[in-house]
Amino acid sequence: MSADLSQQHLIEALGAELAPVRRLAPPWLRALGWLAVVAITAAVLLVHHGAGPMLQRWALAPDVAWSNLAAAVTAICAAWAACELAVPGRSRAWVWLPVPSALLWAGASGWGCLRGMLDPAAVIAGGPPAYDCITFIVGFSLPLSALLIWLLRRACPLRPVLTAILLGLASAAGAATLMAIFHPIDAAATDLLAHALAVCFVIAANAALGNRLLSRH
Amino acid sequence: MAAAQAGDRRAYERVLADSVALIRSVARRRGAPVDLLDDVVQETLLTVHRVRHTYDPARSYDAWLAAIADRRAIDTLRSHGRRSHREVHDELAFEHYAEHDDASAETERRQRAQHLHAAIAELPPRQREAVQNLGIAEQSLAEAAAHTGRNEGALKVNLHRALKTLRERLRGEP
Repeated sequence: MSADLSQQHLIEALGAELAPVRRLAPPWLRALGWLAVVAITAAVLLVHHGAGPMLQRWALAPDVAWSNLAAAVTAICAAWAACELAVPGRSRAWVWLPVPSALLWAGASGWGCLRGMLDPAAVIAGGPPAYDCITFIVGFSLPLSALLIWLLRRACPLRPVLTAILLGLASAAGAATLMAIFHPIDAAATDLLAHALAVCFVIAANAALGNRLLSRH
Repeated sequence: MAAAQAGDRRAYERVLADSVALIRSVARRRGAPVDLLDDVVQETLLTVHRVRHTYDPARSYDAWLAAIADRRAIDTLRSHGRRSHREVHDELAFEHYAEHDDASAETERRQRAQHLHAAIAELPPRQREAVQNLGIAEQSLAEAAAHTGRNEGALKVNLHRALKTLRERLRGEP
């Protein structure tokens, strides 16, 4: 009885505090906002570096083109899935959306690496370029993650760790897509390892901090 | 809920009252014992209030509410589990060592008071204000509203939140 009364008081208090709210934009639209920032950055890099070298690399090694395309699709799907998962009541199945493209991304990169090892003429990355890869992916993932966290916190991520893993994947894939515009090295073993390390680091860091960063509610 | 998002208070209070049954049912399905159901209901109602902008009227209200209630039930069960793990119940000790004559009882009382004051001091300003005016100064809602310049509803909500924060903080102490 006293619990019912307390609930009634709470409902009245919440009613008294009620103010009109602006509805959250649909998840696809919020994901599109984030992707627009990635696209603008890509456009700036394309203007600065030109599309020629990237297209040349794609013509020489189609697996690199597949890998870059898959990274871009992974960024789109992971960002969309994270925005969907951040809204209460949306299906958990959204988590699978970026998986096929992520597998293609890993597979195409691995195939490029294998081709590099079998072909003695293939370019092998040295220390500094591989180090640059890590710096670029991690460095670019930071602002991309921060922007996505800001977008997701406006929603209500009830599964913060899962959402954070997806946002980490989106940021890392977005950074890798941007890097493909000017990165001159083929998918050699060291390069692939550096990419994989950087991507895993970004996802793990987001997963570790996700609970704190996203569980505002 | 769509009307509530536009600011319709009556529709909002009705939808919250109608939501209680579903929240209790979700909490029971999650395995919450009867004595925790009201905690889950209150936590869920507070969350619904905070995130009401995330509800999309084109979709099911029940699915949206059930997801929030399920999460709050898990949080409540976890918090209760942690508390039970820390607390030790020794009925014999309670019977044989009544604390009112204990020499250390006064010191313990003082320590508890100090902890409570410290916990109140750490509350966010609006919650602290509600506790100080309604709880400590024992003002009525109308007096506190006049004193602080806030409306009565806001003061009630802040008091609810403050009590929840204090409960969690004081239960968490060794």
